[in-house]
Amino acid sequence: MTNWTDQRIEMAVGRLLQTGVVLAATVVTIGAAIYLVRHAWEPVGYGVFHGEPAEYRTVPGILHGVATLSGRGYIQLGLLLLIATPVARVAFSVWAFAAEKDKMYVGITLFVLAVLLYSLFGSGSAF
Amino acid sequence: MNILEFTVLVAAGSFVAGLLGSLTGLGGGVVLVPLLTLFFKVDIRYAIGASLVSVIATSSGAAAAYVREGFSNIRIGMFLEIATTLGALLGAFMAAFIPTKGLAIIFGLMLLYSAYLSRRPRPRAARNLPPDALATRLRMNGEFPSEEGGMRHYNVQSVPTGFGLMFGAGALSGLLGIGSGAVKVLAMDQAMKIPFKVSTTTSNFMIGVTAAASAGIYFNRGYIDPGLSMPVMLGVLAGSLVGVRILVKAETKVLRIVFAVVIAFLGLQMLYTGITGRI
Repeated sequence: MTNWTDQRIEMAVGRLLQTGVVLAATVVTIGAAIYLVRHAWEPVGYGVFHGEPAEYRTVPGILHGVATLSGRGYIQLGLLLLIATPVARVAFSVWAFAAEKDKMYVGITLFVLAVLLYSLFGSGSAF
Repeated sequence: MNILEFTVLVAAGSFVAGLLGSLTGLGGGVVLVPLLTLFFKVDIRYAIGASLVSVIATSSGAAAAYVREGFSNIRIGMFLEIATTLGALLGAFMAAFIPTKGLAIIFGLMLLYSAYLSRRPRPRAARNLPPDALATRLRMNGEFPSEEGGMRHYNVQSVPTGFGLMFGAGALSGLLGIGSGAVKVLAMDQAMKIPFKVSTTTSNFMIGVTAAASAGIYFNRGYIDPGLSMPVMLGVLAGSLVGVRILVKAETKVLRIVFAVVIAFLGLQMLYTGITGRI
């Protein structure tokens, strides 16, 4: 195992976050292009709140949208990737603290990771 | 207004919000929700969902630039993220039960407080404080490259107070869809006596994780709309990246005053619409 100093960990984390954002922005842009080509001239209505249908808030719904080239499906996939980026950062930190043999911080980081995973998967009907 | 016009206008507004947010260090999220609700007549719940997504994008996008400087302290950040993520869960749960009028009023008060905070002179940070037992046990004390050259050591103070303030920052973030960077910096810089540069960069690092904790709940609940979040996320991200590039050269003092006035104005406007129930 190489010596993981705090500085090297942070550099790796920085690159991880940047990659996640670039990937998410790319997928959202692809979705935006499809969405605008198909719906550019339709009227907007965000004044009344009705909540998103399962199509745009559950993973199977979004994946179905992606398979059928739905613009909004791609945008939601990109947004999910974006939300997953900090989660990946925390997961990476668990490993990095373990490599430093810092048990206390492995525990602290696992707790933060559990809270994030609960929010994504435990709080509603994403899956 | 059709979808194309709406998308272009929202993207342009979000770009400006992201640009000003990163130039002044006050964050773009605070002006996004008022912009969307007051000028684009978007329901506040959709606006909060879109704002939350843009907060993750700017925090993660800027992180790579920040970590290279070697200021942030990942142990302080990770420990305090226990508080901010739990607070964010609470805030996101509360958002479902508070009527939109109430959200607008809380948002207005938060904006007025942010404007006040940004104008208040910052007391000069004390140096060479004695080590605190809890902070030492948690291995939070660290060092960073100082302006005078060389590394400067710092000892972290008042961990419980900082932890409590961070819980509040997380709850505000989950409730209003903002990064609450101002409260985070306040907790670290003022309460925990962490050097300002270390506080701001560590705060930026924490904002993305905090926002992700509530974004999952907003997503599951159907508060994150693709047609709205797309121009907001891309606009704010582009604006903040441009802002970071020109930050080195720009004189931001006047800009900070202007932005504080804009925030105060939007705060009053949000309070008014909330109280009169026109939201």
